Amino acid sequence: MSELTQETLNELKEIAGRYPDARSGLLPMLHLVQSVQGYVTPEGIEACAEVLDITAAEVAGVATFYTMYKRRPVGDYHVGVCTNTLCAIMGGDLIFERLKEHLEVGNDETTEDGRLTLEHVECNAACDYAPVMMVNWEFMDNMTPESAVELVDRLRSGQDVRSTRGARICTWREAERVLAGYPDDRADEGPAAGPASLEGLRIARERGWRAPEPEEEAR
Amino acid sequence: MTDTLTPVLSDNWDHDRAWTLESYERAGGYSALRKAVRRQPAEIVELVKDSGLRGRGGAGFPTGMKWGFVPQDTESPEGGKPKYLVVNADESEPGTCKDIPLMLASPHTLVEGTIISSYAIRANHAFIYVRGEVLHVVRRMQRAVEEAYLAGYLGKNILGSGYDLDVVVHVGAGAYICGEETALLDSLEGRRGQPRLRPPFPAVAGLYACPTVINNVESIASVPCIVDNGPDWFGSMGTEKSKGMTLYSLSGHVTRPGQYEAPLGITLRELLDLAGGVREGRMLKFWTPGGSSTPLLTAEHLDIPLDYEGVAEAGSMLGTKALQIFDDSTCVVRAVLRWTEFYKHESCGKCTPCREGTWWLVQVLERLERGQGSEEDLDTLLDLCDNILGRSFCALGDGATSPITSSIQYFRDEYLAHLEQGGCPFDAEAASLFATAGAMA
Repeated sequence: MSELTQETLNELKEIAGRYPDARSGLLPMLHLVQSVQGYVTPEGIEACAEVLDITAAEVAGVATFYTMYKRRPVGDYHVGVCTNTLCAIMGGDLIFERLKEHLEVGNDETTEDGRLTLEHVECNAACDYAPVMMVNWEFMDNMTPESAVELVDRLRSGQDVRSTRGARICTWREAERVLAGYPDDRADEGPAAGPASLEGLRIARERGWRAPEPEEEAR
Repeated sequence: MTDTLTPVLSDNWDHDRAWTLESYERAGGYSALRKAVRRQPAEIVELVKDSGLRGRGGAGFPTGMKWGFVPQDTESPEGGKPKYLVVNADESEPGTCKDIPLMLASPHTLVEGTIISSYAIRANHAFIYVRGEVLHVVRRMQRAVEEAYLAGYLGKNILGSGYDLDVVVHVGAGAYICGEETALLDSLEGRRGQPRLRPPFPAVAGLYACPTVINNVESIASVPCIVDNGPDWFGSMGTEKSKGMTLYSLSGHVTRPGQYEAPLGITLRELLDLAGGVREGRMLKFWTPGGSSTPLLTAEHLDIPLDYEGVAEAGSMLGTKALQIFDDSTCVVRAVLRWTEFYKHESCGKCTPCREGTWWLVQVLERLERGQGSEEDLDTLLDLCDNILGRSFCALGDGATSPITSSIQYFRDEYLAHLEQGGCPFDAEAASLFATAGAMA
């Protein structure tokens, strides 16, 4: 775990400064703490409290409310398996069981080599791609137990992995930095939309269906 | 007669690099903003009122009316305060998956809608609250806002109109409850996301106790096309009380899941036809019209119009138009148990009926799914639901009761079959997508 440097403290202040009321910056500030230290550390809580001039207990109260904030170090890759009803039924339960066995970890646990943290996640708004997995909060769509095992093996061996609808997978800490509001300039990677997102549009194009033409006077 | 599908919001999603400003402008983007800033803010509010646009985040409240509640008399104590627009991009309702693809493919639609809507309510500061668990969506939103600043669509004196607006892309941290508008406000103020008691309503005392409008992504994204094409054009799609086009999201046991943009009032039968029906050799068993918080419907509801009134008449809610389709391989008790576990996990803990009630619901449902317990447990479930419904600050607890009461209404025999057989009569693997592919765990 690296120490919080002056640079990080400056960035925490900078985040707070984006808002009319500094405390609004707390959620992104905690993301920044995770990007630097790998989880929400006691030191990070103290630093946020100092910047915002609130108590450490208030910061800890917020940090413990949200599931993305971790109180133990997270691996390089956070691997989420959606086990909310629809994904669970479509195969998410089988995928999660297979990964627990394959990685020899339970829910919210990290592999011995410190590379992967496995967690079952709630609905991630990609139900038309079920069963869905997330790696460092990037979509991995239409998964099977086999493709899930292959995915985690690739991650563990350090090979390049791309999201099915996003960018090349970065580390969890790098992802947390983007969430803190420090873009990594990779918005142009990946497609505009996956196949399911375009399904209705494809049919409309095929059949020549479109919205009504606006009347001239309205334009 | 309008076409069966009417892509407006999704119309540019297949364009090359649709997420860029260049691509969006090539498709006519930001022309609505140019028109809007030449008119008075109050005129834009009237325009949106006239269009009949209703909130696309679940509740269906008329968007223009919501804007009209913001006090604008600068002499009054409330009207003199700063106003805020907050875009609810915390899409988390199980089954709901429309805002995320919209922001991924065409973030500028949302940015343009945000600017026009902020102008209408005279806000100089807007926030787009995106759930944290969608990294690439955050990247695309951050980029779009940056591009809009560089193009002069954001910042000081937008397009020479004298109007100033700053937009912050704010990222959440994992909490379903923050999709509830007052919990979202607490979260945006850097607190635990817990709902507030109303009144006062956010329109009067919202973010930082100032007048605030909170709208769903799809609602805000619908504003530019209304300004561009007029309220009559918008109203030429949909039904009398449910106007316009909307994104229907089909997922689950359906041949071609995905986003289908159609006029309000289309039926599930029509949508399923387009999507290739349920899986080969299977029958439709139950479905949600608008996420897991909307009571389940069955095959007998295939022909109800999917608009606010039609679905309400059938005893459910249009919600987010998240059509989760389950075929006859699915155990309804298992499905309901899993949703209930979700609500228990996501209950913020503020109100006792929801916090304690969802815990007890899970206990009873677990017992039933295992084939233990007794028929009286069904009455206990209904009794618990009765004690949760309408007794908390927000609708999370109400939502938790929806799958339970509706499933007991339509599938009581299936609950009893668990008891008769001493276990779940279904093969869970048969319901999975790869059961037949020899891909067992």
